[in-house]
Amino acid sequence: MTATLVRPPGRRPVAAGPIGGTVSVRSVVVGLAGLVATAAVAVFSISHGSFTIPPGDVVDTLLGGGTAAQKLIVLDLRLPRILAALLVGAALAVSGALTQTFARNPLASPDVLGVTNGASLGAVAVIVLGGSSVIGVPLAALAGGLITATIVYVLAWRRGVDGYRLVLIGIGVGEIAIGGVNWFLVRAEIIDATRATIWLNGSVAGADWDQVRPLSTALVVLLPLAVATAFTLQALQFEDDVARALGVRLQLAQAAVVLTAVALAAAAVSAAGPIEFVAFVVPQIALRLCGGSRPPLVVSAVLGALLVSGADLVARTALPGRELPVGLVTAIVGAPYLLWLLVRTNRRTT
Amino acid sequence: MTSSEDLRTPPSPGTSAEPGTAAGTAVEGATGTRLQARGLRLGYGEAIVVDGLDLDIPHGVVTAVVGPNGCGKSTLLRALGRLLKPRDGEVLLDGQRIDRMPTREVARIIGMLPQAPVAPDGLTVADLVMRGRHPHQTWFRQWSPADQEIVGEALEWTDMRDLADRAVEELSGGQRQRAWISMALAQGTEVLLLDEPTTYLDLAHQIDVLELIRRLHRERSRTIVMVLHDLNLAARYADHVVAMRDGKIVAQGRPAEVFTVELLADVFGLSALVVPDPATGTPLVVPLPREG
Repeated sequence: MTATLVRPPGRRPVAAGPIGGTVSVRSVVVGLAGLVATAAVAVFSISHGSFTIPPGDVVDTLLGGGTAAQKLIVLDLRLPRILAALLVGAALAVSGALTQTFARNPLASPDVLGVTNGASLGAVAVIVLGGSSVIGVPLAALAGGLITATIVYVLAWRRGVDGYRLVLIGIGVGEIAIGGVNWFLVRAEIIDATRATIWLNGSVAGADWDQVRPLSTALVVLLPLAVATAFTLQALQFEDDVARALGVRLQLAQAAVVLTAVALAAAAVSAAGPIEFVAFVVPQIALRLCGGSRPPLVVSAVLGALLVSGADLVARTALPGRELPVGLVTAIVGAPYLLWLLVRTNRRTT
Repeated sequence: MTSSEDLRTPPSPGTSAEPGTAAGTAVEGATGTRLQARGLRLGYGEAIVVDGLDLDIPHGVVTAVVGPNGCGKSTLLRALGRLLKPRDGEVLLDGQRIDRMPTREVARIIGMLPQAPVAPDGLTVADLVMRGRHPHQTWFRQWSPADQEIVGEALEWTDMRDLADRAVEELSGGQRQRAWISMALAQGTEVLLLDEPTTYLDLAHQIDVLELIRRLHRERSRTIVMVLHDLNLAARYADHVVAMRDGKIVAQGRPAEVFTVELLADVFGLSALVVPDPATGTPLVVPLPREG
């Protein structure tokens, strides 16, 4: 019977007792390389700044050594920022990978589910209306994102949710939220408007432990949940009838995937503001590096962390004495990629 | 479970009903019925497509559902595969309502291929066929040696072995349909519902696909229900024909019983001669030119 054994190309079966799966060799290599690069960026980023700490001392301090001054700078000042960048990047990328797979569209991202724009509306509203001391901008953003995504989901519901309708309604509702943002900005005092604009550009500059702690708690729950949906994603990436014929409870499975994607995006946006293009670009880059038919979740998380931490490093160091918003850097990387993808897709279909 | 048996042992005969209840007379080769529709009312949105339909699918034979465009045959097939929830009435599998059975259990007994299904970009043939094992897998067991063996055999049996590493979207129409049938084979369901399996194929590939489906029935003991447009191919490849019009079944039986001059005029509004097919002896429908 060995003659009939067919191995999916580039995948190795991994089995132990009742547990079994396949692992893509390429994904493991790409994931490990990404991890090494991310660690290097993180250490370099922590060592670099107005007061430079040698990378060796950074590692030493992270492992529990170092002088009191080094501990203050590394652990209290710089580590929260780099952690925020890593976590936000991973969350956005996985959220994007889930959205693109379930919407069966490489141009989809959590933005089209209304999360990002809804979060922006929430954040800008409390900044302008002066409520930020009461509930805090991150919480307002989180609420805005979740409420908007819920509205989109309810409006898209018609005996179940169709991916295409969800995307169209998401774009529409998102535009309404953007209208609200602009209305607030026009009405705002100049100081509030500046603060809101900075938030809207996306940044991890001010991140401290108070922001990193809830974010990391959310990801500890959500990332494993996302990986757990990978099994149903294998069936969900087919058209609805095929997925159902394979025994998937379509509405339940879709709701689980959408909810996870929305929660990840909302957590990331509430911590750092809307950082453009990460959720959209990273899963597609991961897909092209790893091969296969859908964006790999774990590798997307690693590459998302790498992109945002790298972009933050560039944002801090590109202009001496001035910081760029990290969202600007990711947009500079992402916009040409979007164009390239559009041109390429057009060529293939025409 | 030793899932490799799915492919080899002939499924056990149905148990729930008398043989031949489907057509009132015994369907040759059928072993009772397992899949039944009772008082089905089906529709999309406001439109009701099928109303008050009863049907017994004869087990162990190939059934073709024919009828003019929009008569509800694909809708009926989707309901039988529990892809469409009935507005009223029920679909029974061994006397049990399929909408009350666990979906994965149904997916191990009833397989369904929609019309011209599209595979995700980048999916290889081997991956596609492996997806057929989905209802047999669990979250923590997404691969097993038995799965691998079944997939290998399904690829071999449909002659897709050499194309296993190719992306599905690169294949020709005929190869693509063979890949999907290979996936359905790997799913290991006794009952297979096929919605116009020959759509977009040229005549030679239509014959290839239908011969493959017939082999699936004969060598793998699958019960097949397929929607077909071409009446002559339906007459040649089906043991049992169900003719529909306006959401109702107007005739069913052996091809020779169903394809009559009167029925063709009545159901399809077609004036035609029916002569024996010189190659197989099955009815051959020869449409007459419209007058004027």
